[in-house]
Amino acid sequence: MSEQTTDAAGSDEILGTDGVQGAVQVQAGGPDAVLTWDETVAAYDPVLGLEVHVELGTATKMFCGCPTEFGAEPNSQVCPVCLGLPGSLPVVNEKGVESAIRIGLALNCTIAPWCRFARKNYFYPDMPKNFQTSQYDEPIAFNGWLDVELEDGFVYRVEIERAHMEEDTGKSLHVGGATGRIHGADYSLVDYNRAGIPLIEIVTKPMTGLGERAPEVAKAYVATLRDLLRALGVSDVKMEQGSLRCDANVSLRPRKKKAEKQSEVPFGTRTETKNVNSLRSVERAVRYEMTRHAAVLAGAGSILQETRHWHEDTGVTTSGREKSDAEDYRYFPEPDLVPIAPTPETVEALRATLPEPPVQRRRRLQGEWGFSDLEMRDVVNAGAVEIIEATVAAGATPAGARKWWSGEIARRANLEGRELSDMGITPRAVAELDGLVQGGRLNDSMARQVLDGVLAGEGNPGAVADARGLALVSDERALGAAVDAVITANPDLVEKIEAGKVQAAGALIGQVMKAMAGQADAARVRELIMERVGG
Amino acid sequence: MTHDLTRWSAARMADALARREISAVELTQAHLDRIAAVDGAVHSYLHVDGEGALAQAQAVDDARGRDEDLHVMAGVPIAVKDVIATSGLPTTCGSRILAGWVPPYDATLVTKLKAAGMPILGKTNMDEFAMGSSTEHSAYGPSRNPWDLERIPGGSGGGSSSVLASFQAPLAIGTDTGGSIRQPAAVTGTVGTKPTYGGVSRYGLVALASSLDQAGPCARTVLDTALLHAVIGGYDPRDSTSIHAPVPEVVRAAQRADVTGMRIGVVKQLTGEGYQPGVQARFEESVQLLVDAGASVVEVDCPNFRFALAAYYLILPSEASSNLARFDAMRYGLRVLPDGVEDPSAEQVMAATREVGFGAEVKRRIILGTYALSSGYYDAYYGQAQKVRRLIADDFSRAFEVADVLVSPTAPTTAFKIGEKLDDPLAMYLNDVATIPANLAGIPGMSLPSGVADEDGLPTGFQILAPATQDQRLYAVGSALERELASRWGGHLLDRVPELATTGAEVTK
Repeated sequence: MSEQTTDAAGSDEILGTDGVQGAVQVQAGGPDAVLTWDETVAAYDPVLGLEVHVELGTATKMFCGCPTEFGAEPNSQVCPVCLGLPGSLPVVNEKGVESAIRIGLALNCTIAPWCRFARKNYFYPDMPKNFQTSQYDEPIAFNGWLDVELEDGFVYRVEIERAHMEEDTGKSLHVGGATGRIHGADYSLVDYNRAGIPLIEIVTKPMTGLGERAPEVAKAYVATLRDLLRALGVSDVKMEQGSLRCDANVSLRPRKKKAEKQSEVPFGTRTETKNVNSLRSVERAVRYEMTRHAAVLAGAGSILQETRHWHEDTGVTTSGREKSDAEDYRYFPEPDLVPIAPTPETVEALRATLPEPPVQRRRRLQGEWGFSDLEMRDVVNAGAVEIIEATVAAGATPAGARKWWSGEIARRANLEGRELSDMGITPRAVAELDGLVQGGRLNDSMARQVLDGVLAGEGNPGAVADARGLALVSDERALGAAVDAVITANPDLVEKIEAGKVQAAGALIGQVMKAMAGQADAARVRELIMERVGG
Repeated sequence: MTHDLTRWSAARMADALARREISAVELTQAHLDRIAAVDGAVHSYLHVDGEGALAQAQAVDDARGRDEDLHVMAGVPIAVKDVIATSGLPTTCGSRILAGWVPPYDATLVTKLKAAGMPILGKTNMDEFAMGSSTEHSAYGPSRNPWDLERIPGGSGGGSSSVLASFQAPLAIGTDTGGSIRQPAAVTGTVGTKPTYGGVSRYGLVALASSLDQAGPCARTVLDTALLHAVIGGYDPRDSTSIHAPVPEVVRAAQRADVTGMRIGVVKQLTGEGYQPGVQARFEESVQLLVDAGASVVEVDCPNFRFALAAYYLILPSEASSNLARFDAMRYGLRVLPDGVEDPSAEQVMAATREVGFGAEVKRRIILGTYALSSGYYDAYYGQAQKVRRLIADDFSRAFEVADVLVSPTAPTTAFKIGEKLDDPLAMYLNDVATIPANLAGIPGMSLPSGVADEDGLPTGFQILAPATQDQRLYAVGSALERELASRWGGHLLDRVPELATTGAEVTK
């Protein structure tokens, strides 16, 4: 028995005209041909369009009062409204609208003074009403932009077409059969807990002029958007749980020798790649589709306008279904909901709640913290900006906070495959640890032992240090005696130092540290040795 | 004596209950007996809930025994159209596709009925999903008109009109998308109001066309209608289209019945040609009676009404095609497996179920609506129809500048014979020509009896329309006219309804 889930939600998945079999299909005939990356970008110019679906973190669903908690018992978070029972009616979640407006504002969009929901009509078992309540030609936010900064500091402005509100669908689980897909499954189960969860769909305008950087820009856009949404506090933006989902539209057109002529070349046929569930996959999927398109076009073939499914494990896309013109969602304004008409005052009040844009914020923090570009990039890549900010706010030095979060703790988080915030240590505890180091109570190796203790749940850093008896010897007399003893015992080394081979002091320091059972400040030991020998 | 109770007005029942002259159980039982006696012939009910109704009645009697504060209508029984969700009671909408479906929740208006302590006798018959003017499109067979069992009781709410005219309930809930409360009232000699759109919650009303649907009260007198209107009306947070305002003072208006100085507008486009002579004659007499009672009359012109039927038959099917998409055999209701298909797909099961589960009229409208909403046709059909809708609303606005209420015959004809128009959908649709404009504009309308046509002796209906949220005007005018007519007739019109043959059940009482 095998199981697989498919998502219809926000991903246009519908039954093919020939029945369920059409919904998900593995292309027969083995993997597709691809060109090399260099061949691809030499001959073709990519055009990119990204659609991102964000599940809002509202406490209740978009049109009813059901909870939205992830991972609950199937069909335990449902009611007549989100089950689409006959006679039930939707009511708009005001918090969802507020989040949509704030997202729109953060993306520099115009907020519609008046807009409506629309019904998107198509049949699918995980859609309780067989229409999705969405927005069509009257989105709540439109015409915006988001600046995306690449690793080398290059900034690309992604233009935003629209951001609109809609509801998620349920989830199908296909059980049995050889492939575990809908086709051949023994039966299918549907969980409607997700049905009606508020979604915001953010659609970019076609992104051109990216050339070989297209995959990188795609990844950076999704990452920047994720950070922005997290800073807005509107979603937990967990790609692995599907609360942020990306569909990548890719097309290629022949590359012109003269760059200024490139915009005259019409766009090629696009494919829409779904199931792209990590930042890394965004980059890989765009890259793969570019090389696949290039191979088709180079072989004088033509690209089929279709949905493709990304396979994380094998790193390829396979054909979904054709997206033909015959597909007609028969949109019309949702008559069960009154129009949304936020007043200018409401919009301005929401604008005042916006956080600083991520790129600006990073620049500001980098300046305040005095980090180099390389250090800041490590921090960003470790997803540690917020947590370092909190740690500094709790009293740590910026360098100390960075050292712990993007160093030792990040290393352990990577090993365990966990988020920094799930490591069992708080910014306050890290600040305390840093304070113990800065105050001269602990040295680095002691601090790491304290960290072990904290992560093992032994308590706060101070308590762990006490319990484990970790503290530098601050008694100058005892330290001085140990230094004197080592100097007396090693006349040969002393001679070397006096002859100018200062590095020989290292061996003396090591012996003192050993004598002190590690509980001495190495820097102070060096000072004492040099006072006695180097002078 | 028990038998006579069923002929009382709801107001009189409420009064007698409050005075403890009768008990709620006694009253409910009288209606259950009446149902057992005559519904075999009339077929008003799709489902009778004797046990539930008696339990509610007993609860009211018990509460009264403890001297608890009770709603004025506590203990007065009621019938509910089968398009309204009732927890624990089957709700089929007159369709096979919902055969056996028992909702797990109550419509808001049902919650209000229960809170008022009104025993629900059962669910009344209707054209499938409220599509029709005769109940002939019910999957469970037509209801019959108590005035002539060979004739239709109107539709879609023919169950709710015929229960009243056959004394199987004193009150009933109807729904009106294009006239489904008013036209059945007209052809059965009863009263019905379509409130202002948003005046009664639609939560739990199985949607036909969401922007047109409105639930409302049905009764035998204008005051009874007002009493029920007051129970079910009001803002509901579960229906975002419901009006955020108190229920208009309908009961007081019905009690005062004062038309002094009111301006009555006769809609030029809704009288005269195309209206049966007897219908037209009763209408004109009624207008004169209102003048005699102190009102004045003006003629008003609503030129865009001629497009109303066409616009309605684009908007309704469009919305219906989407609203009815959920009936797909996946979650509830009928499930039919396709013949000769091994291991059918979900889509094949959906198709087979909808093929068997929906009747011809429903399929006709789903197909029409699907077409009208299709890419490339939307602007020409649905878009254009919405513009017409605006024009009709504008016509009403202008008319209400010179008139406080508008009036017309409710339907062009008296009740037609069962089967007469079944093969001619357009003729059937034309029956709603006078009632549809109110739905398109969202304004309230009432039908009450104006007499019987000379040529066939069948009831004729008088329609009153008022501006949005001014529902009380319907009751002021309706109640005044009812008083004038009753004094002319020396009683109620329904006193003249033929005595129905009863089956054995009643004898046992």
